[in-house]
Amino acid sequence: MSTFLGMPSLPVFGSGNLHATESFAKAARHELGNGQLRANLGHATHTIRDKRLKVVSELPDWEQLRDAGSAIKESVMARLPELLEQFEEKFTARGGVIHWARDADEANDIVTRLIRETGETEVVKVKSMATQEIGLNEYLEEQGISAFETDLAELIVQLDHDKPSHILVPAIHKNRTEIRDIFLREMPGADPALTDDPAMLAMAARAHLRRKFLNAKVAVSGANFALADSGTLAVVESEGNGRMCLTLPDTLITVMGVEKLLPTWQDLEVFMQLLPRSSTGERMNPYTSLWTGVTEGDGPQNVHLVLLDNGRSAALADEMGRSALHCIRCSACMNVCPVYERTGGHAYGSTYPGPIGAILSPLLTGIQSEENSSLPYASSLCGACFDACPVKINIPDILVHLRSVDVDSKRGMKKVPSQMDAGMKAASWALSSGKRLGLIEKGLPIGRLAAGPDKKITKLPGIAAGWTQSRDIPAPPAQSFRSWWAKEHRSPDVKEAPAPTQQKEDQA
Amino acid sequence: MSAREDILGRIRSALRDAPVAPPIPRDYRAASGLGEEALIEMLVDRLVDYKAQVSVVEAAEVPERIAELLADARSYVVPAGFDAGWLAGLDGGRRHVDSISAPLSLAELDSIDAVVTGSAVAVAETGTIILDASPDQGRRAISLVPDHHICVVNVADIAGILPEALRRIDGTRPLTMISGPSATSDIELERVEGVHGPRRLDVLIAR
Ligand code: SF4
Repeated sequence: MSTFLGMPSLPVFGSGNLHATESFAKAARHELGNGQLRANLGHATHTIRDKRLKVVSELPDWEQLRDAGSAIKESVMARLPELLEQFEEKFTARGGVIHWARDADEANDIVTRLIRETGETEVVKVKSMATQEIGLNEYLEEQGISAFETDLAELIVQLDHDKPSHILVPAIHKNRTEIRDIFLREMPGADPALTDDPAMLAMAARAHLRRKFLNAKVAVSGANFALADSGTLAVVESEGNGRMCLTLPDTLITVMGVEKLLPTWQDLEVFMQLLPRSSTGERMNPYTSLWTGVTEGDGPQNVHLVLLDNGRSAALADEMGRSALHCIRCSACMNVCPVYERTGGHAYGSTYPGPIGAILSPLLTGIQSEENSSLPYASSLCGACFDACPVKINIPDILVHLRSVDVDSKRGMKKVPSQMDAGMKAASWALSSGKRLGLIEKGLPIGRLAAGPDKKITKLPGIAAGWTQSRDIPAPPAQSFRSWWAKEHRSPDVKEAPAPTQQKEDQA
Repeated sequence: MSAREDILGRIRSALRDAPVAPPIPRDYRAASGLGEEALIEMLVDRLVDYKAQVSVVEAAEVPERIAELLADARSYVVPAGFDAGWLAGLDGGRRHVDSISAPLSLAELDSIDAVVTGSAVAVAETGTIILDASPDQGRRAISLVPDHHICVVNVADIAGILPEALRRIDGTRPLTMISGPSATSDIELERVEGVHGPRRLDVLIAR
């Protein structure tokens, strides 16, 4: 490769809000205890899912659009260095300034410096997963800069010092009365007569934020798409808070992952059909803003873009996993996931929850990072996410791939054979001969004793504990199928077929 | 090494297996093939679904209709390039004119009740109107801050589906795609129309 100089580098993983602090199974256990969360999520996921199916079925060429979307993203990954350079050239030629950030800290530093240069200590923000990923708000707060979230749900979550539970409707775990109480408690000048009517609450947010929008000098945003051939950025939204932030302030700082590029303007026609229908289940979202650098006299005159790696290059290095970077954050996979629907987003620890989070987070941080190795197991591999994904990311395949990466990495760390290794060896000994299996099966009644009167085993020892962590297993039957068969067919001396592994017996 | 070189180097290193960019299958629809009446009907249906107010009028009736819609506005703003003939039915006293060379301040815009603009192109299938900041549409701020947006769409500017519409516009202009008034479903998924953008959207489709 002519452009590649130097030694192949080891993947450099990402930092920030990408790590689970406890294993998924543990986190899920206490999240499952939250009945309100489950009821709200169940309602939300089913409602959005139904809307999505309805608007998707309207399009006769939905599958062709998915194929195009998937191929476009695959080609973006294959051509990423070239496209980034092309985007940089176009965006810069139009008066924008590009900054590159290796990781969360570097991105936070750049944004802080850009804000400081304006002399401001307050910024308005448009909902952005990239800035959540890098923990920008908390970082700015430490630096004495207040960042105000302006998306209604993000505002609710921020006012309550909480975390989003869904990437599309981040405050879905809260009920209207709780939201009213949060507003009354945290919103300066909130009308004490505020009711819990969603329309009233939305108007309270409008009044609260309007002064901020009209006075803001600096805005921070994410971006849904970046078009390499024109240097154009796009933000897709509903409430108009995005338009306010992208249009009214003097300075606009956008933080975007390097994978968000699309090669050409024409590609937008594919993604603007795929995204709104998959995301909110609408034919089109209320507002989409596009800007190309600076337009004199219209909108911000200081326009910055921070291009963020933070583990994306590491994810790209995983040939089986790299298509996770095709994700356009529509949340369709979450809304169809039987696991997510019950545990909610908090159980995944990272900014990215649900099926996509279960692959993206460990790809960005490395599977060995903290508890993220538990995420690829947070799935029944039912495949619903793959069917729903507008860019056809094969999430189940990547989950299985990451499980094997996890097992390999753990094996590499161990010097003595693991319980799993020992168990597999024992199984191979037992299963290689009918006689041995018969002998083992005589032990079944002991299992029944362990199960107790309710005929359930709720806790297995050692490595098998993982199995009973989230389910009980029924007591073993009083006799094995083989001995039942033998009795039923009245031939006590079942002839053993010569097993092909017979010769190996001595080696076992 | 600069962050730029470092990141590009990491990405090149990640692509050492030299994946090949696949051809892009573009066999999705490129046009709707609908005639004018069908386009109008579909656009109206979609806009009404988004809770916008829509009227389809003969071009000659546009001034009268605009005057009606502005009846209770104390003031309104128009971009400098807006067709003066369409404002014939209105007294000039309530009118503010905005342009890049003579922009209104944000405080002024905030005190103005309504805005009247043209539009670049509309998409029937999705009920979308695209503004491209041409002189008849003005700076992005004027169609954002006032609470009532009256938007004129010429029938000739209605495209059937999104690919047709995007092929008609210059992507490097400041673009706003509008599909109904602003809305939120953030509280218990109950849809509330009108949050930060104009809470009232009137679309005039002019034949
Ligand atoms: S993985 Fe696919 S379905 Fe899930 S959020 Fe990303 S694009 Fe949407």
